[in-house]
Amino acid sequence: MNPAINAGMAPVATPGFFYVLAGLAVASGVAVITRRNAVHAALALIVTLLSVAGLYLMLYAPFVFAVQLFVYAGGIMLLFLFVIMLVNIERSSKERRFNRMWPVALAASCALMVLFLSAFVKGRTLFPDRLMPLPESSNTQQIAGMLYGEAGRMGQYTFAFEIASLLLLVAILGAVIMTKKKI
Amino acid sequence: MLNQFMSYLGSNVTPGSANNQLWALIYVLIIFAGVSVAVMAMNWLERKALAHFQIRLGPMRVGPHGLLQPFADALKLMLKEDIIPAEADQFVFWVAPLIGLLASFTVYTVIPFGPSQAVSDMNIGILFMLGVSSLGVLGIVVAGWASNSHYPLIGALRSSAQMVSYEVAMGLAVVSAILMTSMKTGTGTLSMLGIVEAQQEQGIWFIFKFFPLGLIAFVIFAIAMIAETNRAPFDMAEAESELTAGYHTEYSGLRWSLFMLAEYAAMIAVSSIAVTLWLGGWMRPFPNLLHAPAWDFIFSLFPGITFGGLAAIAFIGTARMPAHSFFKVQRIGLAVFAALLGFLALLLLVIAVAGRSADTSLAARFNEGIGYVYWFVLKVAVFMYLFIWYRATWPRYRFDQLMKIGWKVMLPISLGVLMVTAIVGVLVS
Repeated sequence: MNPAINAGMAPVATPGFFYVLAGLAVASGVAVITRRNAVHAALALIVTLLSVAGLYLMLYAPFVFAVQLFVYAGGIMLLFLFVIMLVNIERSSKERRFNRMWPVALAASCALMVLFLSAFVKGRTLFPDRLMPLPESSNTQQIAGMLYGEAGRMGQYTFAFEIASLLLLVAILGAVIMTKKKI
Repeated sequence: MLNQFMSYLGSNVTPGSANNQLWALIYVLIIFAGVSVAVMAMNWLERKALAHFQIRLGPMRVGPHGLLQPFADALKLMLKEDIIPAEADQFVFWVAPLIGLLASFTVYTVIPFGPSQAVSDMNIGILFMLGVSSLGVLGIVVAGWASNSHYPLIGALRSSAQMVSYEVAMGLAVVSAILMTSMKTGTGTLSMLGIVEAQQEQGIWFIFKFFPLGLIAFVIFAIAMIAETNRAPFDMAEAESELTAGYHTEYSGLRWSLFMLAEYAAMIAVSSIAVTLWLGGWMRPFPNLLHAPAWDFIFSLFPGITFGGLAAIAFIGTARMPAHSFFKVQRIGLAVFAALLGFLALLLLVIAVAGRSADTSLAARFNEGIGYVYWFVLKVAVFMYLFIWYRATWPRYRFDQLMKIGWKVMLPISLGVLMVTAIVGVLVS
């Protein structure tokens, strides 16, 4: 239960939090692509991921927030750092950048910008005016219900979820077989 | 402000659930101070206990029986010159200890010291704890890299590999405990409060549930949490005989002490996870079996008796001090310390007696709260002592042995326990 919503009190998640988190995400996102030192870029990426995690929490999606912390900020970024640390930073930062892809990147980001702008302009008709605030307490249970089903019923996404996990398993096995000659 | 302060006193939920920011802040400050004091006490206890394990005396000079040694150490570390190696990455070197410190102190927001004695009750409590504490390893890795030196880098790589591998077994053990929360009600919970309440409802600590499944999961967690906090016998990251000091070789003074603070705070945090998940959290022994008011009263005397015992030990120490004029100051100091402990014991006993007479009064609620916090802290303290005991007893693992145990022993066992727990749970319900 979220008493803040039930009791009609002002929720803690104020616009101020949103602007701080969004600003942090954008600023550190810029730092990720502008830093020449790869470890600095990775640290900035961690800040980006954490501020996006904070935004998830503001949207009453605590489960996604925790997974973001656990999987991305904790696990994946650790492996990123692990690899980057073994690269000779000084030599790689002096190398000329191979940014011949920038026209494509520019086109892609312009397309994304147009999409966002159109969503912003047409938003009133595309989305419902006001969403029912989801009860925070049942967020995890709702996700579980969708993935695994509830009360003897198969969930909406059970099949897709299981297939995805199988795909990941195949990827793991493939990585092991490719790196190990003798198992 | 005053209204916000007073309105919470009658409620029986956490400040987070009551949306009371003032009390949340008060709780945060209390917990921060409490953890810092606990780390200092742990520092003294570890040096003393390790010394006694090795038939030494340990610190004896600073204060009676070295009781003021942590303060002297803290002062020394603060006054030391702050050295940053010339070739180090300045900014990252500066920020690395803070990452670890932030990660290990943030998890305390969801640790339930009692049904309302927590900063907040998150719906995803245990996931939040594991997620945030997994950020702590970033501080270690980054510290090892920023030092721009070989030993720290090797230490950082070792520790990250170790933490990633033991996190898997740890997570699976946690999941098997979470499965148990859904036994009676049908819907499980990730909330730290909910997990303890589920144990109360089912009338059993999860360590004894489906014997020996709960016990095996608990043992796996207890081993993995030593590896997670880089303590002996899994302290490969700072193996002093191989890597001088591992990832914090280049650190000195205050920054080094921040690493130590983070390590000890993380030790308390993982112990609290173990206590919450398997040892009934804040519950006193046998809350369902011995639930008569008389039993409540008897158990509420325990905090006072504990402090009384500590006071008695301190008094005996005072009496056994050598009767030499050198020891006069120490003797007076220890007597004052004993008197303080005795006063605290008396105060707790008075509260216990006052809380008995009235059921709904503030005294009764206060008494109840003291009981919850006491039992929780006592259980955590047992773990903290075990950490020292392990360090004194077992030799360090070799790195390949450590990896072998993590992946080839712990992981299959925890997976098996998880599956069997699920099957047994379905069969029972």
